[in-house]
Amino acid sequence: MKKAVSMFLAAALAVGTFAGCGSSADTGSTGSAASTESGSTDSAADGSVFKIGGIGPTTGAAAIYGSAVMNAAQIAVDEINEAGGINGYQVEFKAEDDQSDAEKSVNAYNSLKDWGMQVLMGTVTTTPCIAVADKTAEDGMFEITPSASSTDVIENDNVFQACFTDPNLGTASAQYIGENKLATKVAVIYDSSDVYSSGIEATFVKEAANQGFEVVAEEAFTADSKTDFSTQLQKAQSEGADLVFLPIYYTEASIILNQANGMGYEPTFFGCDGMDGILDVKNFDTSLAEGLMLLTPFVADADDEKTQAFVSKYKELYGDTPNQFGADAYDAIYAIKAAIEEAGVTPDMSVSDIGTALTEAMTKISVDGLTGDGMTWEATGEVSKAPKAMVIKDGAYTAM
Amino acid sequence: MNFLSYLINGISLGSVYAIIALGYTMVYGIAKMLNFAHGDVIMVGCYIVFMTMSGQGWGAVPAVVLSIIVCTVLGIVIEKIAYKPLRKATPLAVLITAIGVSYFLENAALLIFGADTRSFTNVVTLPALKLAGGALTISGTTIVTFLACVVIMAALMLFIKKTKAGQAMLAVSEDKDAAQLMGVNVNATISLTFAIGSGLAAVAGVLFCSAYPTLTPYTGAMPGIKAFTAAVFGGIGSIPGALIGGILLGVIEILGRAYISSQLSDAIVFAVLIIVLLVKPSGILGKQVHEKV
Repeated sequence: MKKAVSMFLAAALAVGTFAGCGSSADTGSTGSAASTESGSTDSAADGSVFKIGGIGPTTGAAAIYGSAVMNAAQIAVDEINEAGGINGYQVEFKAEDDQSDAEKSVNAYNSLKDWGMQVLMGTVTTTPCIAVADKTAEDGMFEITPSASSTDVIENDNVFQACFTDPNLGTASAQYIGENKLATKVAVIYDSSDVYSSGIEATFVKEAANQGFEVVAEEAFTADSKTDFSTQLQKAQSEGADLVFLPIYYTEASIILNQANGMGYEPTFFGCDGMDGILDVKNFDTSLAEGLMLLTPFVADADDEKTQAFVSKYKELYGDTPNQFGADAYDAIYAIKAAIEEAGVTPDMSVSDIGTALTEAMTKISVDGLTGDGMTWEATGEVSKAPKAMVIKDGAYTAM
Repeated sequence: MNFLSYLINGISLGSVYAIIALGYTMVYGIAKMLNFAHGDVIMVGCYIVFMTMSGQGWGAVPAVVLSIIVCTVLGIVIEKIAYKPLRKATPLAVLITAIGVSYFLENAALLIFGADTRSFTNVVTLPALKLAGGALTISGTTIVTFLACVVIMAALMLFIKKTKAGQAMLAVSEDKDAAQLMGVNVNATISLTFAIGSGLAAVAGVLFCSAYPTLTPYTGAMPGIKAFTAAVFGGIGSIPGALIGGILLGVIEILGRAYISSQLSDAIVFAVLIIVLLVKPSGILGKQVHEKV
C-alpha cells in the first residue's frame, strides 16, 4: 500500500510536470504561417541591392511571433521599395525559419550568408539571438533584433534592439506612475515562474524607491497556481493599495480583474505590453477592464494614422491583426534604412565595412515608428523610446 | 478579520478540491485504480456548460444538468474502452492508460475548442453574504460550493450504506472475486462507480470555473493533481477523508500563501502531504490495510 501510494505520487508529479509544459504553450493561438520568401524586388540595373535577412520562428510554438515579424518586415520593405528604395538602391528581404532553436538559428544565419545577406534583422526570440549575435560579431555584420528583449542579446557592439529590454519596462512603469501621481500605495502581483514578469517586477520595485509612492505588497504566483488570486488581492486591499501593478500576461490578468470585482476591490490596475489582448479574451466582460492602464509600445487598436495604415495593410495581406512583434519588426527595418542613409553605405561594400559604418550611424539617427516617436539608440544597443500609455475606455484602447 | 477572509477563501478552494477528491476516492476505493483522466473530465464538463450557456443562451440549470449527463456518459465510455480491457493487467499498465486518456482528452479539447482562454460565466447567482458591516464578504459561489460539497458527501455515504448498489460497491471494494461469487455484477458496479465519479466531476468543474473564471483545455489538470493529493491526504478510499483532506489542503494553501510566501504555497502544500504520509502513511482517515502474503 505504502509502495503503491508513493508510486502513484511519483506518477502524479510526472503528470504535473507535463501539464505545466502544456499550459505554458497555450498563450499562442494559431498563427498563420508567413510567406517567407520574397521575390518582390526590382533589382537595380547593375544588380546591386541591399540584402536584408530575417531569422525567426515561423513554425513551432513561437510561430505567432516569428510570423508577425516576417510579415511586417515584408510590408516595410515593400513600402521602401515602392518609395524608391534606400539611397536609390532597392532592398531584398529573405526570411529563414529557426523554430526558436539556437542551433537552427545559426544554420539559418549561415544559409542567409550564402544568399548574400548584408544586414540581419533578427532573431526574434532571445535564446537563439544570443547564439547568432556571437556569429554576427565574428563577421562584423550589423544586427538589429525586433523583439529579443533580454540585455544578454546586446552585449556585442554590432547588435541593436528595436524593442524595450525587460528591465526598461519596469523602470518606465514606475516612472510613469510616479510622475503622473497615479497612486501613493502600490501593490504588485507577478508571475515568479516567468522571466518576463519577474524581470519587470524587480526593476519596478527598484525604481519605485526613487518615486513618490510606496510598494506595500509584492505578491507572486506561479505557472502552477494561476487560477486563484483571492489571497494576493486580499493582501493588496488590506495594505490599502490604490493601484495594482500587473506585469503579467492578459490571461491571468482577466481572472484578477474578475476576482477583484467579486471582492468589491476597485483600485487602478496598471499593466505592461503583456496586457495587450485582454479585450479579446472570449466571453470576458470587458466592462471589468474599464480604466485599466497599460504601458505598451504598440496597440493595434490605437487610433493614430500610422498604426491604422499598418494594421489595415497587414490585415489585407495576411488576414490577421498584427501584434507588437510585427510593429517592432516594421520599425527595425526603418531603423536600418535610416542608418544606411546616415552612413551613406552602398551595397558593393563588404559586410564588415557596412557593419562598422551602420553601428556608428545607429547612435546618430532618430526614427518615428509605430512603437514610438523619435526613437534613438545608445551605443550599448538599447533603444530609447517613450512607451505609450493606454487606457481602456468604452471597451477600446485609447491613448492617454 | 483578514485571517477570517483567508480562511473562507481556503474553505472555498478546499470545497472544490473536496468534490473532485470524492470522485478520485470513489474510483480508487472500488476499482483500485487512479483515474488520472478525472481532472480532464472536469474540463469537458466546463466546456459543455460554457458552450450551452454562452453559445446557445441556455439557463444555468439545464446547462449543468446536460453537463452532468455528458460527463457521466463520458466516464462510462472511458471505463468501457480504456480500463475494462485492462481489468486483469498490472496496476502500472492501468495507470499509464489513465495518463494516456488524460492527454487524449486535453488534446481533443485543444483541437475542438482551440488554445484560447475563455472567461467563464458564473452559474451561481446567489448574492454575496456581507458580515461585520461589510468587512467580511462570503461570495455566493463559496456558499454554494461548500453546501454542495457537504450534501454530496452525505448523499454518497447514504447511498453506499443504504442501497443495494452501494452495498455491492462496498463488496467489490473489499474483494472483487468473492463479490462475484456472491452474485454481484462486478463490471456493472465498477461502471456505476465511474458514472457517479464523472458526474461529480461535472459538478466540481462548474463550481471551480465559477469561482475561478477561466477555461482552457488544461483547466482540469492542476486541480486534478491537487485533489488527488487531497484524497491521499485524507486517506484514499475514504469518503469523509476526501472532504477533510480537500478542505484542509485548500486552507493550508491559502494560509501558506497569505502568511508565509505567495511563491511557496504549492511547496508548502506538498510538504504537508509528505509529512502526513511519513507519520500516517494511510492518510488522516485511511484504514491501515495489511497486505496478505
